[in-house]
Amino acid sequence: MSERCRLSWWRGDGGEGARRNLGLIGVLVVLILIGIATRPDLYGDSGWVWNNILTILKLASVVGVVTVGMTFVIIGGGIDLSVGAIVALAGVWCTTLATQGYGAGGMIFTALVVGLCVGLVNGLLVSYGRLVPFIATLAMMVAARGLAAQISGKQTQVSDNAAINGIASTDLLGIPLLVYILATVVVAGWVLLNRTTFGRRTVAVGGNPEAARLAGIDVRRHTVLLYGLSGLCCGIAAVMLTAQATSAQAEMANLYELDAIAAAIIGGTLLSGGRGTIVGSLLGVVIFSTITNLFAINGLSTEAQNMVKGGIIVAAVLVQQFQFRSLAQFLSRNRLSTG
Amino acid sequence: MTQHSRDLSRRRLLFGGAALGAGALLAGCTSNEAAPTAAQTKAAEAAAGGNSAPGKKVTVGFSAPAANHGWIAAITANAKAQAGVYSDVEFTSVEAGADAAAQRAALSTLLAQKPDVIVVLPHDGKELNAFGLEAMKAGVPVVNLDRAFPDARAYRLQIKGDNYGMGVAAATYIAEQLKAKGVSTPIIGEIPGVDSLELTQERSKGFADTLASYGFKVANRRPAAFTADSGQQAATGLLQALPKIDAVWNHDDDQGIGVLAAVNQTGRKEFFMVGGAGSKKAMEDILADKTVLKATVTYSPSMASSAISLARLIGQGRGMSDLVELQVPKEIVLASETITKENASNYLKLGF
Repeated sequence: MSERCRLSWWRGDGGEGARRNLGLIGVLVVLILIGIATRPDLYGDSGWVWNNILTILKLASVVGVVTVGMTFVIIGGGIDLSVGAIVALAGVWCTTLATQGYGAGGMIFTALVVGLCVGLVNGLLVSYGRLVPFIATLAMMVAARGLAAQISGKQTQVSDNAAINGIASTDLLGIPLLVYILATVVVAGWVLLNRTTFGRRTVAVGGNPEAARLAGIDVRRHTVLLYGLSGLCCGIAAVMLTAQATSAQAEMANLYELDAIAAAIIGGTLLSGGRGTIVGSLLGVVIFSTITNLFAINGLSTEAQNMVKGGIIVAAVLVQQFQFRSLAQFLSRNRLSTG
Repeated sequence: MTQHSRDLSRRRLLFGGAALGAGALLAGCTSNEAAPTAAQTKAAEAAAGGNSAPGKKVTVGFSAPAANHGWIAAITANAKAQAGVYSDVEFTSVEAGADAAAQRAALSTLLAQKPDVIVVLPHDGKELNAFGLEAMKAGVPVVNLDRAFPDARAYRLQIKGDNYGMGVAAATYIAEQLKAKGVSTPIIGEIPGVDSLELTQERSKGFADTLASYGFKVANRRPAAFTADSGQQAATGLLQALPKIDAVWNHDDDQGIGVLAAVNQTGRKEFFMVGGAGSKKAMEDILADKTVLKATVTYSPSMASSAISLARLIGQGRGMSDLVELQVPKEIVLASETITKENASNYLKLGF
């Protein structure tokens, strides 16, 4: 009983989710051990190790922010294929010469508003236009990249703003600003999902929209907000990525939608909605960037790296299905015995 | 109820107003007006009697893939600008669309208009080989720009850059610099572009072959995707993998923006870097000499300007005036040149 009480603080993420997250941390440990075994010379230097951890987190930061938004959309029963395109559009829009004329504040404002607006349009198409999320966001993916190419004139737009570029090179107390931004978004996402009615509604809408509607939730409006949230996350990510690359172009953030969906899935988010955790998604992103790092420090080809990533996604989903099926069997058996 | 609905409508009004305002503000932010870069053209020389003297009217049809990269954008811009220089050239351009099939369709339309010469940068030389044959059979000479047709009967003129030579030029510069510094076992990093492309493989092969002739090799190779953000990520991985580096070759100056950003973000300065392609920004960086970028090896989009000039000569049945032959040669491969601080100012006008 006391065990349950202690766990209850974690309940939002708790129980099965917590166990799964422990499993993901186990995977992470294994990856790091492989790193130590293959490059003992590098791992012998503690300064390098600390620096490497920060590099992995920096690498994870942009996709991480996108994944938080994606996790909300998927838990709410949708999917957002347009996130990479929104990042590119917001990045391009905020680095036009006209926008750069307004300074760092204007650029950040532009990126966030563009992201939010495109997300809201996605939401309106899905909820009021009754388009299947896959189709609506697929269309947006193509259209947003098209608009980004149109605005940028297909050129790489260099950011000359020192404050924006500084976002990627500034450290506070030895930790990069990008990592703080990721942490802030993750904590905000966790609170929003687990400690607010918005979060509860998201789970309800994704789990069973009809039941949610009968319970008095405005499902359509909530769906619009979910896609808006995802778009807003893309806007934040666009600022971060623009700062990292000190430039933006229509082809940037290529295939981020797949990275974000994959991270959410291996983090335990159910693709059909109604279940998922922010912590799991974060771990998913960190695992992917650790794999990228592992392949880089060993000088291995990126083809092999993509195959390993694919394998991990399949393994995670298999584990998820297995757990889910055994849980369902357990429940049905219980019901039989009581009924 | 009425109170509620009035609240709602006021809220809607406020939201709508805010949305409209933000929309108007943002729409104003899409402007990208800047001084247009002077295209890389060769002005028609005043000297009378030369090839630049107006001759027979020539219609040149042109097709290149939609630009998603500064280099391709420069190709199209250069072709157009060079055609504009000649009073006797009429230039018609067709959009190549998204893939080889779309380009084939566009080119068929172009061929139906019976231009005197067709200049084409194919999506894929192999896939558009059949079109080259068809056009040549119909009596329209085809100038292939950069991506070769496998069949020699499919083109009248082939003009292209030298990918293998780029690797050779980059490796030669790096090896000579290291030799001058007395580094005997250098750590050399490489950041190629999209690794599955043949051009990337040729560049890497030229680089590795030439390094080997000096007894050097590539320590680590992290491919990017010709975009700045992918360059930043690849470079971050490379820097993390190699705590000490002597030299880096980055294949592409567009992705190089991100590579340089990553170098600056980590504060590494112990090595020098060579770029590729020859963008204007890279040349400016080399001239300013404030970054690790010390040189770039060209793969110049000025070849599009030359292709138009040569297409005009082919259409008029004239040869290149400095050569003995009465007709334009069949194949021209541009040399990859090495741009350093010393000569960058000469090349600045060729930067894209």
